[in-house]
Amino acid sequence: MKTLQIVESAYRATLEEQDDTILWMTHAMRGAGAELGVLLCGNAVSYAVRGQEASGIQFGEWQQTQPPNIANDVAALAAKGVEIYVVEEDLERRGIPSTRLIEAVKPVARRNLAGLFDQYARLWHW
Amino acid sequence: MAKYLLIESRDPYESGAVREHLEWGMQLRRAGNEVLVFLLQNGVLPARTGASSEELQEVLRGGIEVFADEFSLRERGISLAEVGKGIKVAPIDLVVERLASDWKVLFC
Amino acid sequence: MTQRTLTFALMDAPFESARTATAFRLIQAAIERGHKVNVFAYEGAVGLSFARQAAHPNAVHGRDATQENHPLPRVWIEELMRLAQKKDAPLTWINCGLCVDERGVNEAIAGVARGSPADFWRMAQESHNTLVIGTR
Repeated sequence: MKTLQIVESAYRATLEEQDDTILWMTHAMRGAGAELGVLLCGNAVSYAVRGQEASGIQFGEWQQTQPPNIANDVAALAAKGVEIYVVEEDLERRGIPSTRLIEAVKPVARRNLAGLFDQYARLWHW
Repeated sequence: MAKYLLIESRDPYESGAVREHLEWGMQLRRAGNEVLVFLLQNGVLPARTGASSEELQEVLRGGIEVFADEFSLRERGISLAEVGKGIKVAPIDLVVERLASDWKVLFC
Repeated sequence: MTQRTLTFALMDAPFESARTATAFRLIQAAIERGHKVNVFAYEGAVGLSFARQAAHPNAVHGRDATQENHPLPRVWIEELMRLAQKKDAPLTWINCGLCVDERGVNEAIAGVARGSPADFWRMAQESHNTLVIGTR
């Protein structure tokens, strides 16, 4: 059953987890054969931006050696056959031009979200 | 056409996302789907008569049924007499009924 | 009423969000209606079943531990499992194992299993419907 993962909250614990936990889970479920799409909306549209760089976290002697690389994770999902959509108006509101996006994502206008939702048997809003 | 239940747990005073979610509902309705909104937790705060929430008023004008969770209202001191016009009060069982039917249910 | 299998995914840690009580209300309502319920506890929600949750007194209100009767989500889960048994509608509760490990909440109450997102996907596939209650 095709399921759309709607990801809205962003950078919530991505440094501690070294991943966005919903994108990570999506990878894991895809690996188990799930038929999934991802809609990035709200602040999560920022996940599609090239050039995110989160290295350098260090506490005392502890240094983060595997900082999150969210845009890569999004691209990797797309490479696995997961359709990745990003809401155009949410990009515009945040001043993110299309030239800053990774290639793997498909912008979708808000007015077309109803049609997108209809394509999926299930909608999971995280 | 499909049936959608949007559970709105947040209020528009704290979160701009509420407007987005209610707009999804309106678009789905305009596309011919059956849509129901269930206000829950702080999502019931704009349900009080006199509360400022243009987005909720638009949803009601758009012909979408809006329910507010009985417990969440009571928890926040909103009496049945204070619930805004057009908003119905229901127990949370409404959500389970829809889950057990053919509704697509989103918790927002 | 047709018995359905419903799956819920939870993310919030105990004592942090109104969504936790809401989730339990929904799960109970489903069980009371005779539906089979699966729960996948992800991220902070794996703490809901931690066996070492302990009640405490409330000096601000002048209540000792017994009087305070502080809610413990692990007790809520136990109660719902008992209710589910009475209704002959099993409650399956699975914690995401990696989430358990990183939080160090390895001692879960009896009846709670350890699994992975693959289990969530399997449960969702086997269910009539699935509700995800994400965190914020």
